[in-house]
Amino acid sequence: MNRRVINRRLDRCFKTLGAISTIFGLLVLLILIVDVLIDGIPRLKWDFFMSFPSRKPEAAGILSAWVGTLWVMAVTALIALPLGIGAGIYLEEYAKKNRLTNFIEINIANLAGVPSVIYGLLGLGLFVRFFKLERSIIAGGFTLALLTLPVIILSTREALRAIPFSIREASYALGATKWQTVRYQILPCALGNILTGIILALSRAIGETAPLITIGALTYIAFLPRSLLDPFTVLPIQIFNWISRPQKGFFANAAAGIIVLLFLTLVMNTIAIVLRQRYQKKVRW
Amino acid sequence: MQQKKRIPLKLKEFLIEKGLFFCSLLSVFTTFGIVLVLSFETFEFFKEVPILKFLTDTQWTPLFVNKHFGILPLLCGTFLTSLIAIGVAAPIGLVSAVYLSEYASLKTRNIVKPLMEILAAVPTVVYGYFALLFVTPLLKKIIPNLSGFNSLSSGIVMGIMIIPLVSSLSEDAMRAVPMGLREGAYAVGSNRLQVALRIVLPAASSGITAAFILAVSRAIGETMIVAIAAGQQPRFTLNPFVPIETITAYIVQVSLGDTPYGTLEYRTIFACGMALFILTFILNIFSFKLKKRFQEVYE
Repeated sequence: MNRRVINRRLDRCFKTLGAISTIFGLLVLLILIVDVLIDGIPRLKWDFFMSFPSRKPEAAGILSAWVGTLWVMAVTALIALPLGIGAGIYLEEYAKKNRLTNFIEINIANLAGVPSVIYGLLGLGLFVRFFKLERSIIAGGFTLALLTLPVIILSTREALRAIPFSIREASYALGATKWQTVRYQILPCALGNILTGIILALSRAIGETAPLITIGALTYIAFLPRSLLDPFTVLPIQIFNWISRPQKGFFANAAAGIIVLLFLTLVMNTIAIVLRQRYQKKVRW
Repeated sequence: MQQKKRIPLKLKEFLIEKGLFFCSLLSVFTTFGIVLVLSFETFEFFKEVPILKFLTDTQWTPLFVNKHFGILPLLCGTFLTSLIAIGVAAPIGLVSAVYLSEYASLKTRNIVKPLMEILAAVPTVVYGYFALLFVTPLLKKIIPNLSGFNSLSSGIVMGIMIIPLVSSLSEDAMRAVPMGLREGAYAVGSNRLQVALRIVLPAASSGITAAFILAVSRAIGETMIVAIAAGQQPRFTLNPFVPIETITAYIVQVSLGDTPYGTLEYRTIFACGMALFILTFILNIFSFKLKKRFQEVYE
């Protein structure tokens, strides 16, 4: 066999290896989903959604968990969205190239890499202790908002950067002010991509467990919150609690909870991806 | 009438700009907040525990009667799980990046890349469940003396979680390599594999290194997988079959209990957080600088 043939075979082998490596993660994800479905499907009944946690695995449910997740995510979105989009607009459209801007940019890039459990410590020191919000929904929402801010800022900036400069110039030429240009030209154009980033950021936030445990979110809540200052639990914390119980019966509950959580994140991600692809196809500058 | 109530246009523009500026300043406040909160409690902690003891003592037992405050066992656990994770993610992620950048058709890439994003979006608590109740029992069949909680299975699952990160960042680095380099190699008779391994990989090496470092930083900060599947026993060992505890898992363990505010035990989590923050910060900066270098070379 000459070297050329060997080389060609090596090339083919590598191609197969590459394809296997690429789908390896997806195969694992598939196994994970099947495993969770087998364990959890029997528990997925109406009662499971409408019951509080309990000491008996068969009677326990995720009512307080999903209601808590809804509350916390609402607070997170209400705070993180305007601030994140605002910051993105400022950095992309208004900021002059100077030291302060540069510092803010590096700072945001760094924040995006800070482990989520550290945000939990920040929330514990700042919101829970310093502002005396205790282990409340609002403290949890604030903490997750700070965590998702860098992601939203970065994706907003990327969306704005994709808008060609000629759109801005045309708007200025018609006598529009800076804000009018941003409000009526740039934002509507970038909306699709901004929305994609927001959905992805929020789908991450839904699954966050560590920061909320760190600020002291409870694992056993047998009532529904009435105000933003009430204690809370969320779906991932409830799942974590069930996994760490020694009794086997709770594992099925954890699996059922995971099905709900996975369903939420997968649906949000699919929406985001479809949105992005449709948007990219439709608009060609 | 309505005209009078309107804010003058110039003032409105000014206020909006300042408002948006404030939004972007908030990120700076967040960083200051993190540093302030961590340093304040860490400072109080080091008033009672000498810093040298913290860094050299090989036992970590703050919750026991006989208290030792040596972070080495926690650091050791963190490094062990991260090492296993990167051992899984680096080869698989790199090969898949070469495949996606040099071999796969545009169509394949457009289908595979969004799917890989989903892999990264799965909540970590789900991966924890998978590590504890699926991977560990599976590994036990091969390694009979494996403990129910161990760093091996959490490390492997963590590695699978960061494959997309390694793969997509390395692919970006490879695609930034100019086409001319490849064409030159093809012109002298190289085949695809030779171009990929001898031209593209070396040319993209700083970007790939940046991707690896970022992946290590992510693994170090990962919390729920290790909190669920690696056990909660700080141990100064590199044995992957026994229960250990990482820095992040310790923070979760203390947060779940009723440690009263202001006690030394309460402050340990901030000292641990500080160590974690510094560690990941250094890695992130390093990765950022490397990435910038490869961007400067080819753009």
